[in-house]
Amino acid sequence: MSAEQIIAIGATIPVNIDGIDIRVPLKTTILDAAKQLGIRIPTLCHHTDLCEGGLCRICVVDVEGKRTLQASCAYPITEPMKIKTSSAKVRKARKNILQLMLSKHAGDCMTCNRNQTCELQELAAEYGVTSYELGKVAHPQYTTDHSSLSVIRDNNKCILCRRCERTCAEIQGVHALVSANRGVETEIQTFMNQPLGDTTCINCGQCINRCPTGALQTVDATCDVWKAIDDPQKHVVIQTAPAPRAAIAECFGEAPGTPMTFEMNTALKRAGFDKVFDTNFTADLTILEEGTELIKRLYGALVQKDASVALPQFTSCSPGWIKYIEQFYPEYLPNVSSAKSPQQMFGALIKTYYAKLNGLDAKDIVSVSLMPCTAKKYECARPEMADSGFRDIDHVLTTRELGKLIREAGIELPKMPKSDFDEPFGSATGSGVIFGATGGVMESAIRTVVELVCGIQIEDLFAHANVIPVRGFEGVRYAELPIATVGDVPQILQNVVPSWDWLKGATLKVAICHGTANAKKVMDDIRAGGKFSQCHFIEFMACPGGCLGGGGQPIPTDIEIRGKRAEAIYAEDMAYTVRKSHLNDAVLRLYKDFLTDGIGGRKAHHLLHTTYTDQSSKPQI
Amino acid sequence: MQRISKDLLKQISDELIAQHGSPRSALIPILNRLRMDNVTPDATVMKMLAETLQIAPSAIYGVVSFYSFLDHRPKGKYVIRVCQTISCKMSSATEIADALKSELGIEFGQTTADGLVTLERTNCLGLCSEAPAMLVSETAHTKINTANVKDILKSIHKQMPAASN
Repeated sequence: MSAEQIIAIGATIPVNIDGIDIRVPLKTTILDAAKQLGIRIPTLCHHTDLCEGGLCRICVVDVEGKRTLQASCAYPITEPMKIKTSSAKVRKARKNILQLMLSKHAGDCMTCNRNQTCELQELAAEYGVTSYELGKVAHPQYTTDHSSLSVIRDNNKCILCRRCERTCAEIQGVHALVSANRGVETEIQTFMNQPLGDTTCINCGQCINRCPTGALQTVDATCDVWKAIDDPQKHVVIQTAPAPRAAIAECFGEAPGTPMTFEMNTALKRAGFDKVFDTNFTADLTILEEGTELIKRLYGALVQKDASVALPQFTSCSPGWIKYIEQFYPEYLPNVSSAKSPQQMFGALIKTYYAKLNGLDAKDIVSVSLMPCTAKKYECARPEMADSGFRDIDHVLTTRELGKLIREAGIELPKMPKSDFDEPFGSATGSGVIFGATGGVMESAIRTVVELVCGIQIEDLFAHANVIPVRGFEGVRYAELPIATVGDVPQILQNVVPSWDWLKGATLKVAICHGTANAKKVMDDIRAGGKFSQCHFIEFMACPGGCLGGGGQPIPTDIEIRGKRAEAIYAEDMAYTVRKSHLNDAVLRLYKDFLTDGIGGRKAHHLLHTTYTDQSSKPQI
Repeated sequence: MQRISKDLLKQISDELIAQHGSPRSALIPILNRLRMDNVTPDATVMKMLAETLQIAPSAIYGVVSFYSFLDHRPKGKYVIRVCQTISCKMSSATEIADALKSELGIEFGQTTADGLVTLERTNCLGLCSEAPAMLVSETAHTKINTANVKDILKSIHKQMPAASN
């Protein structure tokens, strides 16, 4: 019987692991089969998000009848077999493998950013390493690469598991990192070993999330933030994005998916931040600005027959995605919404609107943002992000860095009482919250567009306002939304369109993708004139799962952890009384008091919109 | 070292892709063809090739840096590769190596100032029974001694009186 036939009839194969009998489906790896029996085989190069490596050999097991030990992560079971996962031979081999890795691993755990979150350190503890039996490199062999605004590379700590290389190629399709040379000379490099900051790296930090050691680290801003907090002259504010709240509990040993939003507000205040704001405020603002831009584009293309209008419109919240399209598909930059990301909108408003309201001098404000994202560090340093007259965002802390900062402040986050966000920006809406998950921007946009255009309640179309068709973790998703009825143009949009009649009977076509390797699929389809070229609006997120799987989120990551974080985000959305961006009072007040020429108006354009740069001359395709 | 135009690279690529099935499968044959034509796969060539094959330049760089017969650094018109494996070592390969170094006035890994000869080491050529052995570009020389090292170098200079860079 062929392997395919066995799969077809769903047969299982009997195997014996460490004396225990179990039946597993054909092609189950020994690693997974053992897991079912509660046997944890150590791994380093293996990662469930990536293709099998079979490189590091730490997962070797003894298969009866095989001359050599076999890598269990890359051994699919195709016939009955007897396996020993921790015989003396296996243990000895693993110790030797570990010692070989340690002999080339030049680093000091005490001073390492990954102290206590390092998989190599964990294994050394597990296997009782007390000395470097095969030696240890005395001095660093490589210079640490600090050229990137987001990622630090320290090849001295690299164990050549190539998770970073596979992440960059398979999940992101960027190929910034590659194994160069051969044998003992193998090292992870960039194209021609250029500094990472000069390559096509999109700063997403996904490689950091999957690095088992400290070879890849985040550029750390905690020192700068402490310095600002400690300076009495500075008014230090922090805005917090939705995704870190659903994950920061993991830094304190809590289960993934434990939300800490309001505990974190208290912790931030106690740590010394003067004000704690909710980035969701500008997420709601994004929906109004970006949604209006979409309506203008549609009106231009469909009614005014303006051939220069670029459709579909692409979202612009994800800075990794922005760098990706600037480098790889610059001809489509006109399709990208000119709306800044929520972080940058907030940055521009804090040093203008907020400063004015509170009689503060913008130069005394230090604007910090808490993001799940390492690319935000790159985004905030872009020269155009200074519309307030100052650098709009001074420092970006990732979830991991904030975890560290809170810990250093001696604050036990999970034990904090809850407190709310500060005025004048308030708590925003559920729509802002779901920006943290893939499909969230699209769902928020649909909630608002349906209500403003159709004049009905979103709940009439989708139970509890949950736009299920755009949710999920599938890499690329597509949805259609027929506009059966239209209502009156609401007052806030009266300067944009005279009526909605032109949209009656139309079908809004949208798509969502996450992970830039998926973005590549969508972009190539658009280039070829395929299905996605017919879309009106497409959400692109650079990271798998959207922001909740961002490169600045707690380590480790896998699809299960990301699923839990998504659940936390959608639960938080459900808990809000107001769950639609256009009903955010603070946003409406902003237009009334400050951006007085309305949505998409001149003032809004100056502060809330941006431009993009063709970066295709970078070294890679 | 020869330069190559985008069009010629495309032509070579198309021919070898047709022969080998896919751009990825044709990558090594293309790089090998460039090597035979004395075209260095430097950063510019790798980027050009990446565009032609729709493969990331870094992936091409990974391949180029992996194989010792491929190099992104320019090499001499002739590459002499002296076998460093055991049988040749036991048959005076070290003396041959020293003779080459002193005759050429360069170390291993270097190229003569006139751009004519690059000196490298290689692992086993499978010519153990005729050790010591070395390659001069594509030609194997066996049972060499310090005397015929001079002859070999002379013939290189004769073939290429005015070396071009």
